[in-house]
Amino acid sequence: MKQKHVKFAFFLDLESAYKTLLRNKIRSFLTILGIIIGVGSVIATISIGQGASRAIQNSINSMGSNMLIILPGSSSLGGIRSGFGILPDLTLNDVYAIRKLPAVKTDSGNLGMGQQVVWHGNNWSTLVIGASSTFTEIRNWPVAKGTFFTHQQVASAANVAVIGNTAAAELFGLINPIGHIVIIHNVPFTIIGLLSVKGFNAFGQDQDDTVVIPITTMLEKIAGTTWVHAIAVSAKTSKDTSLAQSEITALLRQRHHIPPRKPDDFFVRNLTELAATANSSANTFTILLASIAAVSLLVGGIGIMNIMLVSVTERTKEIGIRMAIGAKKSDILKQFLIESSVLSLFGGILGIGLGFGISSAISAFSPLKTIVTTEPIIISLVFSLCVGIFFGFYPAFKASRMNPVEALRYE
Amino acid sequence: MTNGYDIRGNAPLIMLENIGMIYKIGDISYEVLKGINLTIENGEFVSIMGASGSGKSTLMNILGCLDKPTSGSYFLEGRDVSGLTSDELAEIRNKKIGFVFQGFNLIQRLSVIENVMLPLYYSGLHSKDSEEMAMEALKLVDLSEKGNKFPNQISGGEQQRVAIARAIVNNAPIIMADEPTGNLDSVRGADVMNFFEKINAERGATIILVSHDRHIAGYGRRLVTVKDGMIISSETITV
Repeated sequence: MKQKHVKFAFFLDLESAYKTLLRNKIRSFLTILGIIIGVGSVIATISIGQGASRAIQNSINSMGSNMLIILPGSSSLGGIRSGFGILPDLTLNDVYAIRKLPAVKTDSGNLGMGQQVVWHGNNWSTLVIGASSTFTEIRNWPVAKGTFFTHQQVASAANVAVIGNTAAAELFGLINPIGHIVIIHNVPFTIIGLLSVKGFNAFGQDQDDTVVIPITTMLEKIAGTTWVHAIAVSAKTSKDTSLAQSEITALLRQRHHIPPRKPDDFFVRNLTELAATANSSANTFTILLASIAAVSLLVGGIGIMNIMLVSVTERTKEIGIRMAIGAKKSDILKQFLIESSVLSLFGGILGIGLGFGISSAISAFSPLKTIVTTEPIIISLVFSLCVGIFFGFYPAFKASRMNPVEALRYE
Repeated sequence: MTNGYDIRGNAPLIMLENIGMIYKIGDISYEVLKGINLTIENGEFVSIMGASGSGKSTLMNILGCLDKPTSGSYFLEGRDVSGLTSDELAEIRNKKIGFVFQGFNLIQRLSVIENVMLPLYYSGLHSKDSEEMAMEALKLVDLSEKGNKFPNQISGGEQQRVAIARAIVNNAPIIMADEPTGNLDSVRGADVMNFFEKINAERGATIILVSHDRHIAGYGRRLVTVKDGMIISSETITV
């Protein structure tokens, strides 16, 4: 019974506040304009930030999932230190050993070389990658037409190639490349598949400008070496990437006979960590923008306080009447607090609409695809409610402390 | 000093003992009330008369628990209320006292029935009952048809009758009327006064009427005259 009464009274208060605010539509609207703009810009900036971080995530994912890249180490001969990737110390046997590690799902030894690819008098310089049959899986990169080369084709060093979209367009134009024979480094290769379009990677490289051949063929017939440029490894899950990293490090140190306290002669790069770093910098940027936008919410709150002070003064007589009838201090306080909360909450709701509008306009007119999630919506609603309560408190407190005799005398 | 609760049964409704009120404005203090002693019994119709500046409004504010005296004691139903907090006084105003003011003092943006329901809202009564109670009060002042109108849609006399309905809706034992006919012409004024008489006679409510108008004051059964912050006479009116 008591509970029911309290609930009912609260709705009465809400209704009364709503009616009061509707009586002064333009003033109420101008009062909450600050909140509308504040909430709108918070939501818009966060949606831009999240869109940007999704774009970064996508471009990193496009390089492969849960991926680790193992590069040869740097050399230090006679005091001259070279960069990573110089030592010819990663071999196919390393690749086969890594394949057996528990945290590793698949791997692919890679050797990439710039080569001239020739077809019927037409030629094109592109990146020729020697890879294992697991290449499509590790790089999240299926073939669009034809097939990828098999494990047997890698084992037998077959003369087969799978061509990327850009390279295919440059060499073959509109002709279907599958079944044609191209010449790379004087060796004929049959095109057996066309890779799907991958786009540019995070570093602005066109990933589709490539031809992929078995790593064995690459080593034996083109490069004439036994070492690979890089080993790409896919961990079982995203959580396994650091485990895989330490397993690989331990294994390669053992295989390369590196004594303790000597530096590694290879380098393991964790792309998941790279993604996390890129993401965190995008987040920092979003937080910075959103906090600037939040300042306008604060300014909006001051606007509410200003108008509530005016409203309290204007309604001094009403406050006096209510007190004479039996309103306690808390009743008056509650009445004005509810009014300011309804104001700011309403501003928050309109602001969310504005934020949606801005972010969909950005999506429509710019390449960035913004993302509006529920979190900033809930946070800005709660925040605008808090602004209403915080900035409404002083005027409401002032109203509740009025002397009924003086308030009744006010005209 | 007597403790009100012990003698509740036979205590007078209102007993003022040596009430004094001093206002300080800057360094100058004004003694508005000087040792007022007044007893009002349950069911009385008392008129308080005095010129402006006589202190009658201050006296009414104290009687109505809107203000606290600077000295003296005020016993309401045997309970000393002169030392209560403002929230305790608000509760007394809500339960024990109904106000009717010169300027009607209705809340303009609330409908007639919502205005009448307001004291019930502050006393925490359930809405369903409160709507019935408000309708009953409106019926008593012959305004049961106007519940959904707004104050600016009805005449001054009707507004004052709404104020009377609001004053009695909580079954308050005391109705305080401060110049209730001051903004009305004589016909409407007489009409309003008839309702006070009716409430006094039918509901047994104690009416305390404050006026400077001898004719209006004449509606009371007892006339208390205030001058220079003192009661100079208290006489029964014989019709």
